[in-house]
Parts: sequence; C-alpha cells; structure tokens
Amino acid sequence: MNISHEANKINSYLLLRGKIFARIRSFFARRCVIEVTTPLLLPTTNPSPYLNNFSCDGLYLQSSPEFAMKKLLATGSGDIYQLCKAFRKDEAGRFHNPEFMILEWYRISFDHHDLMTEVEELLRYTIKSPQAKRRSYQDVCEEFLKINPHKTNIKQLKQVAQKNNLVVANLDNNPDTWLQLLFTHVVEPKLNTKYPIFIYDFPKTQAMLARTRQQGKAQVASRFEVYYKGIELANGFHELNDAQEQRRRFRHELAQRKKLNLPSIPIDEEFLDLLPKLPNCSGVALGVDRLLLLASGAQSLAEIN
Amino acid sequence: MATISTNEFRNGVKVILDGDPCNILENEYVKPGKGQAFNRVKLRNLKTGRVLEKTFKSGDTLEAADAADVELQYLYNDGEMWHFMSPATYEQYTISKNTVGDSAKWLKEQDVCHVTLWNNNAIDITPPTFVTLKVVDTDPGLRGDTATGGSKPATLETGAVVRVPLFINIGDILKIDTRTGEYISRGK
Repeated sequence: MNISHEANKINSYLLLRGKIFARIRSFFARRCVIEVTTPLLLPTTNPSPYLNNFSCDGLYLQSSPEFAMKKLLATGSGDIYQLCKAFRKDEAGRFHNPEFMILEWYRISFDHHDLMTEVEELLRYTIKSPQAKRRSYQDVCEEFLKINPHKTNIKQLKQVAQKNNLVVANLDNNPDTWLQLLFTHVVEPKLNTKYPIFIYDFPKTQAMLARTRQQGKAQVASRFEVYYKGIELANGFHELNDAQEQRRRFRHELAQRKKLNLPSIPIDEEFLDLLPKLPNCSGVALGVDRLLLLASGAQSLAEIN
Repeated sequence: MATISTNEFRNGVKVILDGDPCNILENEYVKPGKGQAFNRVKLRNLKTGRVLEKTFKSGDTLEAADAADVELQYLYNDGEMWHFMSPATYEQYTISKNTVGDSAKWLKEQDVCHVTLWNNNAIDITPPTFVTLKVVDTDPGLRGDTATGGSKPATLETGAVVRVPLFINIGDILKIDTRTGEYISRGK
C-alpha cells in the first residue's frame, strides 16, 4: 500500500514536471525564441566572490550559462533560451541545491521592464500565477527599512540591523553586504505575497552584469528579481555590453576574491572580446526547481528532487 | 580544536557559541539573488536550556563542542553532590546541586537519567519522563469520594509535592510525569 502511494506521488510529480517543461518550450516556440545548448564544462567561469565553483582537471562546471549564451548572441544568434543544469558549491537548503535546473533566456531590444512583462507572461502560462506587481528596490527599502538604499552609509545600515536584532559576526564594512543582510532578513519575509512581485533598479554597486543608468538623483542598475510566495524565482538584467566597464567589474571581483582568500579565476577574454558586439538585449535566469516547487505545493526542494 | 562550518550545521551538531556549548536545532540557508549568503541558525544553549536564533555569514566556522548525551544511573546524594554511575562503563560522575537543580525532586536511587556531558563534566540532567514514587504524606482519603472530584497535595518519598486525587493514601505508589509534575495513575 505504502509503495503504491509513494509511486503515485512520484508519478504525478513527474507528470507535472513534464507538463511544465512542455509549456516552457511551447511558450518560446510561439515567440520564435530558439532553444540552444551550451557546454557545461568550461575553462573559466563567473568570478563573483559569492559563487563557489565545482572544478576538475582545470575546468569549471558552469554556475550559469550566461557567458556562453552571450557569446552566441554576440555572434548573431538572435533571441535564444536554454534549459540546463547549473552548479553552485555549498548552496544547500530548503530552496537551494548545489545542482539545479536553470531556464535562461535573452531578448534582443528588450529593456528590463519589457523582460519583466515577459517573465510575468511565462509564469502565468506555466503555473497560472495571478497578475504581478512591480516595486523598485528603493520603494521597498523605504517602506520596510526606512532608508534610501542609494544614499545610505555603513553607519546607518548597522543601526537598522541593530534595530531589527540582527547581529552577525565577521561581516565586512561593505554597505552592499549589510544591504543584502537587511534585504534577506527584513524585506524578503514581507515579499511573501499571493502574486508575483518584481523588484527592480538595484543599487549600482549590485549591478553584476547589468547596465547602470541615472534615475532621478541616483545611479541604479537596470536589474530585477521576481519573488512569488516568498521565494526568489528569477534574476534579470538589461545587459551591459561595455567591455571596458565589464573588465573593471571583473577586476574588482577578483580583488575581492583575493581579499577573501578565494581561488582566482582566469578572466574570460573571449567573452570580453565579443561583448561590444552583444546586441542591445535583456536576459533573465529562472530557477526551474523552485517553479516546480511552487506548482506542486511542496515545502522544500528535497521533497521533489 | 576542531571547527565546524555553517554548511555542516545540522540538527544535533554541538558547537561552542560565546563560551557555552550549544546544540544546533535548525539551519536555514538564506541567499540574496546575487551576493552574500547567510545561515539563520536556531540553537539550544546546553547549559541554560535557552533557545536562541543567530545569523552567520555562510562559510564561517564555530568550534566543535566535545559534548555527548549519556544515560547515567542515580546512586545517592550527600546534600551537596549528586552521585551517578554509567551502567555501561561503571564510571562514576558527581554532579553539583546547582546543575541537578529542580530535577532533584524526581530522583530515586537507581533510576536512569539523561545527562549531557561537556568535556566529561555534566552540564544538564533530565530525569526519566515517568517515575514511580511512594506517597509519604497526604491528608486521609475521604470515603465515598472515588474517581472524580477534587484533588489534594501529596508529599512523595523524594520530597516532591504533587496534586493527587482524593482517594490516594499514604503508602500508595504513584506514576508521575516529570515534564509537567502531574499525577498519571496509581502504580504497583
């Protein structure tokens, strides 16, 4: 009896998974976005100090297909998407798994707001989510932290952390680290909404591979994240194609790696060579396992993996 | 000293936090889309029993606590020290009145208790969940008043005072739940 119950559960989950994968593929087929497959094992990878890589024989397992897909875009692929595995060492928890499924796609001549609209359409098409809302990073920080994230300083951030009873040992004096602490511990719990919610225009110091621009009095990154029922589902950029600025950011990240005693990573020169040819586009990476978790009503990734 | 990293924090792992041994109860991994990851950890201080929540930067380490949970048999006390023995190794342990604390009133010779040892010193003791103890003093039972009705205090052989039904007499053996201090039934 127990065995057949368990088998039924697995079977119905696999059916759901198959259905969602088919819907993802038909969503992009209708929009003439081409499916691609890029290598999982690469001679270099994203140098972010917050990504811990698996490596063997001088090769890295990809932390995302971002660089490989941008190389395709720069050589004229047009709109593309990919469903693939990505790997991030030490990321394990209710909503994290070191090996996970990514859906990443790029749309030419979209800005980040155009792409937010498409992400919302994809969520509605695949898991029947209700209408989404959009709020700027500044807006939610002003409401829940009572600070302007583009004008704050380390002293003020530490005070807000203290007010919220957040004490963390060994945290550096980088304002972004403290903003991330406050965002994950104070703001994110408030984003546990019954509708998807997009957070856009991050501080320029958290731009990663996104463009930055002047917005009112502040420099902001044209970047967004989407939360649904308290789970962070996707991260998108209006993609930077300024190779000089990208090199500067890579060097800054490599310097941080050195400071943290993390292994260095060779700069992807081919990527930087091709970057000026990257068309004006926006791209987004979505955690497919979390999408399946939301669709199945499971409480943790362990239940569905 | 052995150290334990946040990604090895699991239920039951024992670490030292601010000088005190703690038992890890829960560990939640929290990471912004891009950026610094954190671990939100729930721990029980093994000395005070208090549960606390702490956030750590992912990858940070704490010193491992050389703590173990063992079963020890209670032998006797001399008013200051309570004496126990391991039924497995016959090793004897003395535990101070302070550490035994409130548990003292449930301890009967030869009962087996759950004891937390840190660096081989007892820091916490839990009496058996159910104990059977003899009534040494209580008001006489009222005739005709049986299973239902009120209750009265009774003093047990260990000195503990519990509320018992009116039909209980001196010399009766009672089963008590030590978590709540409540009378369960008459034993044999």
